[in-house]
Amino acid sequence: MDGDSIPPQPIQSIGVPMPMVDGPEKISGRAQYTADFYDHDALTGCIKRADVAHARILSVDISAAEALPGVHAVITGTETDDGHGVLPVSRTELPIAYDRVRYKGEPVAAVAADSIEIAKRACDLIKVEYEELPAYFTAAEAMANGAVDLHDHRPGNIERHVDYEIGDVDAGFEDADLIHETEYHCAEVCQVQTEPHAAFAEWDGERDELTVRASTQVPYYVHLMLSKILKMPKSKIRVIKPYLGGGFGSRTEALNVEMITAMLARRAKGTVRTVISREETFITHRGRPEQTVRIRMGMKKDGRVTAVDCRTIQRGGGHSGYGIVTILYSGSMLFAIYDLQNVRYDGRRILTNTPPCGAFRGHGTVNVRHAFENALDEMAIKLGLDPFAVRRANLITEMGHVANDLWVNSYGLPECLDTVEKASAWKDRKNKLPPGKGLGMACSHYVSGASKPVNWTGEPHATVNLKLDFDGTIVILTGASEIGQGSNTILVQCVAEVLGIDPAKVKIVAADSRVTPKDNGSYSSRVTYMVGNAAIEAANNLKGVLVEAAARKLDVAPEDVECLGEIYRAGTQDEGMTFEEVVMAALEGTGTITVKGNFDTMPESWGGKKYRGAAIGGSMAFAYAAQVVEVTVDPETADISVDRVWVAHDCGKALNPLTVEGQIQGSVWMGMGQAMTEETRYHEGLMITGNMLDYRVPTFVESPPIETYIVESNDPHGPFGAKEAGEASLAGFLPALTSAVADAMGVRVHELPVTPDRLLQLLEDKEREMRASTAAE
Amino acid sequence: MKSLLSLKVNGRQRDDAVSGNLLLVDYLREVVGLTGTKIGCDGGECGLCTVLVDGKAQHACLTLAASCDGTSVETIESLAEGGRLNAIQRGFHEKLGAQCGYCTPGMVMAAEGLLRANPDPDEATIRTEMASNICRCTGYVKIIEAVQFAIDELKSGKEAA
Repeated sequence: MDGDSIPPQPIQSIGVPMPMVDGPEKISGRAQYTADFYDHDALTGCIKRADVAHARILSVDISAAEALPGVHAVITGTETDDGHGVLPVSRTELPIAYDRVRYKGEPVAAVAADSIEIAKRACDLIKVEYEELPAYFTAAEAMANGAVDLHDHRPGNIERHVDYEIGDVDAGFEDADLIHETEYHCAEVCQVQTEPHAAFAEWDGERDELTVRASTQVPYYVHLMLSKILKMPKSKIRVIKPYLGGGFGSRTEALNVEMITAMLARRAKGTVRTVISREETFITHRGRPEQTVRIRMGMKKDGRVTAVDCRTIQRGGGHSGYGIVTILYSGSMLFAIYDLQNVRYDGRRILTNTPPCGAFRGHGTVNVRHAFENALDEMAIKLGLDPFAVRRANLITEMGHVANDLWVNSYGLPECLDTVEKASAWKDRKNKLPPGKGLGMACSHYVSGASKPVNWTGEPHATVNLKLDFDGTIVILTGASEIGQGSNTILVQCVAEVLGIDPAKVKIVAADSRVTPKDNGSYSSRVTYMVGNAAIEAANNLKGVLVEAAARKLDVAPEDVECLGEIYRAGTQDEGMTFEEVVMAALEGTGTITVKGNFDTMPESWGGKKYRGAAIGGSMAFAYAAQVVEVTVDPETADISVDRVWVAHDCGKALNPLTVEGQIQGSVWMGMGQAMTEETRYHEGLMITGNMLDYRVPTFVESPPIETYIVESNDPHGPFGAKEAGEASLAGFLPALTSAVADAMGVRVHELPVTPDRLLQLLEDKEREMRASTAAE
Repeated sequence: MKSLLSLKVNGRQRDDAVSGNLLLVDYLREVVGLTGTKIGCDGGECGLCTVLVDGKAQHACLTLAASCDGTSVETIESLAEGGRLNAIQRGFHEKLGAQCGYCTPGMVMAAEGLLRANPDPDEATIRTEMASNICRCTGYVKIIEAVQFAIDELKSGKEAA
């Protein structure tokens, strides 16, 4: 035998740090995002926005706008009487306000014109007559007695009040050696994905059909809402998601931009392109709500938590959005990270005259995790315990259902703790750093996909089609939305791994409702877990077809065929068939092959029934993270620099360690933005931070090195053992930062973001107190 | 009032009649049809529209097209060499300097401008020189690795030559 006789091996794709399959398009400028679609005939869409925060609309006069040369369509709140929204019970938001304006900047009319200049002039010519109502810019104002209801069906402006007790909280407090109460206030934050919202809608007047390209994470939900709002059959609508410039949850529901653009296209009987400004993108909002979290916690001397009482209020904005889901997540995700038996939760989601909030990365969990982890740190200090020891005292020890029925089957948190403790040299450095330097740590977690979809249809959670044709190319057809997280790459890797072939042979077509199977979209970290599993099933089905074809040609039983990736053979002496030969054999008599794979969640993962809404939080798997943050604080200016972050994330199995690292680093860094600089502010309801100077996301200069460690707990149901990688690491940064600052300076900032002025105030207060007590002595 | 703009875009001579208030970024995207250069903000805040004007990185949204008369403008579309990613682009690909990719054209052009002026910047210099470019996906960690990859590639390329 010669040197060529080394048997061929299946090619490995999983666990390989692979650059993104669509990297070259993005990096060469060839990738087309929604705003990159132009058409000679396209009109420009523009939205007229309310300049009052709360008012009845008495009249809208569009006559002057319609008369302006170059204007092709003007629409108002009369264009549709059907509302949109996330949950079927709360679809009450109109794409254009009709009788009521509920936040400053809400659309009240829209124009399609020959140019943006004409469209803007036309918007200025639209006269809206308002009867102003009292406006509420904080949850407290909106909840006050006698406040006008923003929505008739939500008395007291309470979108949802969630109130439940799991276990016996009073007994838990009785059992405690220390009871501690603390409160944290978190500012509202926006996603600030780099791509402003855009939509490109083409109306086919001959067929009364509509094609919409939209900057969305959820083309299927956009499709549903377009059908509802425009009262058109779904079959007459096509939704395409082009390349997407990030989302982070700002685009996990259909937005007014795409609905308005579609309505304009229908009215103008043509093509309309709308690209809204950065300021309008800020005002469209759907970020994380302003939230106050009060936690009362009971703890034993050894750090074990005996009881938790969590009370929280979210300022939700003028419409429902994801509100009910968010306030439920804030409660349910107290669980499934530590072993908690006795928990009382009281969460209120309040409607206010500010832009509607949404499902920002780490949806519902981040602010509560911030308060909870800070509470642990505060109590650790009081009890003289190490923060790591407190976490270790509360780890989950048995897999299965936790107290609120969330289902935990893999749990890498202990290893995450060990990893960052060692990497940061915590034991050697904690309490030994020079003045002005501090270390803090915290843990966090997140779901790997919501096990119950908000839109229940009875279909599987995910469906993937594979097409194999004469050229030997396998094309993945999926509705999954690549939003920068790398879903296209992961699905290619999953399929290539099952077949053992070169991933370059696997191509992907995604998120075009005319071509690809439906998918719920990219949110709740569901794609890798759910669509990945569907892709694996599809690939196994395809492999079965290929093995059978090879068996026919080799004249053996299918079970005797050995698949070595690009060689199929029977017995070691057989030279076997090349992949191309097997493909041609498989096509004989049947032609192009299409197979499919599905994924459905298991009922055990659907959350509990102990309280209304207990399904929220239900997931097939939870990912875990621990991180250590090191800071230096300037004693004069209270300027905080983050010197270094060590983060370990349990993602089950790193299908692609390169993209997993990218997700973890991005999460930590986004947590840093919320912790240190990011905050929306309003003046009488007008957002005054609607630009990237006043709303400060960290630049290269402030951003720290992030040392990233992957922990693999191999989830029993995840695709090749994988869980989510893109959200769990965010929340931990915030409390790790406040704890590090407390470690450095001896004061803990209870308000986010932790700005130098807030910290300086506390330092001055502390100094004054010290001086007073010295004087008293 | 329009005036004649004569310039080179990605090495090709062009003559276009442009209004005095037309921004370079709109000229590139809407007149020339090069949509690789992105817009991420309402003016000067994000760096997504960074292009090279006579070899220097510049925000195309803060530059009047008419002011570029007689210059040579380079955009992301010009960088590939023989259809292959150049060293900086390869760094962004291999090291995952791009996630959603929307800031990437501006980020790559900023890096291109930096490395032409200073072929061997240290990490601190990369951070300060690229600070006007915002990325919302990466935390910048892998962008720095991408630029460092390119620095090493370019160095070894020179040594080989």
